[in-house]
Amino acid sequence: MTGPGSPDVRGAVLAVLARIAPEADLSTLPDSADLREELDIDSIDFLNFMVGIYESLGVEVPERDYPECVTIAGCVAYLTPRTTGG
Amino acid sequence: MPSLGADMDAGTIVEWLVHPGDAVRRGDIVAVVATDKADIEVEVFDTGVVDEILVPAGESVPVGTPLATLRSEGAAPTTAPVPAPVPAPGEPAAPAEPASPVEPGAPVAHTRSRASVSPVLRRLAKHLGVDLATVTGTGNDGAITRADVEAAAGSRAPATDATGTQATGDRAAAMRDALAALMARSKREIPHYYLATDVDFSRARDWLDTTNATKPVTERLLPVVLILKSVALAAGEHPEINGTWVDGAFVPARAVNLGIAISLRGGGLIAPALADVDTKPLAQLAAELRDLVNRTRNGRLRAAEMSGPTLTVTNLGDQGVDRVFGVIYPPQVAIVGVGRITERPWAAEGMVGAHPVVTMSLSGDHRVSDGHRGGLFLTRVDHLLQTPEQL
Repeated sequence: MTGPGSPDVRGAVLAVLARIAPEADLSTLPDSADLREELDIDSIDFLNFMVGIYESLGVEVPERDYPECVTIAGCVAYLTPRTTGG
Repeated sequence: MPSLGADMDAGTIVEWLVHPGDAVRRGDIVAVVATDKADIEVEVFDTGVVDEILVPAGESVPVGTPLATLRSEGAAPTTAPVPAPVPAPGEPAAPAEPASPVEPGAPVAHTRSRASVSPVLRRLAKHLGVDLATVTGTGNDGAITRADVEAAAGSRAPATDATGTQATGDRAAAMRDALAALMARSKREIPHYYLATDVDFSRARDWLDTTNATKPVTERLLPVVLILKSVALAAGEHPEINGTWVDGAFVPARAVNLGIAISLRGGGLIAPALADVDTKPLAQLAAELRDLVNRTRNGRLRAAEMSGPTLTVTNLGDQGVDRVFGVIYPPQVAIVGVGRITERPWAAEGMVGAHPVVTMSLSGDHRVSDGHRGGLFLTRVDHLLQTPEQL
């Protein structure tokens, strides 16, 4: 499943998700799917996701912006302009 | 063989991480034990030198069976190795002299690199034919990650658990059976009573918003951290909620070790202990909770975490559940349920507004407490959550 946004950002997001939900086949996950529902992600998983994004891309997502990062498409759209060269 | 829960009768040695002659320190991980619920890392509770491995990898033995012996540093090793004893059920094997047996829950000297690899990754490495000794870890503190193993294998592993769907299914089924047996015993033996109260989470939510806005993402606090601390403080003030029922009598606990019900990816539920929750600062609690959940889901639990809960908390709020009434984990005498935090109409001081509210429940054991005492406990949890800055 491909989508818009920087390939590096998208790859980083998918890599972090793969660590959190290693059993999931992310290649079949629609970009617009709610990650919490589709991947059964709880609040600690989501915090791990945000920490992983920070460690991979250097972007600290404030809590108030979490709702923008509940889909792959939303994550890529949010993170791309905030990453160096994005 | 340590007891890793009231429902455990036996365990299987998956792997020894030490060998005879290895020096070990208290707290070292020395073996991995498979139970119906999970693979558990077993630590040693003494310092010394591994004298003898009594139970080889692959063998199942009853709880209480000595697994290995330790000797003091400088002491002569046991001269004539003896075959691993196979005790009859309920008959612990005698340790070899002069070395002292490894206490249940304790093991021996290991290489750090091996101990830092989870059982899941060890199985993955075996499945892919990767020698872990040749893998360079890129994780925290040099820990070997799944990506490291996959890179060493030279190919991508399947997205599903490479240990095998069948094995995962078997473990999930065994875990379900074990949990069902424990819950059936609970319902058979424990006269449950149930209470619930709605807690206004406005002050806690505001305090979290303010506090987290100043913290880096790695240090942010989740609402459940405030809830756990409040439950632990209240439990410390109500000892009849915090303890175990053993041999027909209640034994109040000296510490508040909260069992945290954690769902596993792929199915199953484990409730390992978070120790001394009432005494720890919120930041430490948050870090330890995150570590515990991550290790539970990665198959890196430790024996002490499986045998020590004095009161369990089950939180189904993330699953969208409004309220949950738990079944008590024997030999504990209570379980606290936490629902989702959601905006609801809330009347206060003659005004109705939309407030974040969480429904908290208590399932208690009538042999030890009653609705009056349980009600006081829940009310205390509520009061504590109204002053989050003091937690």
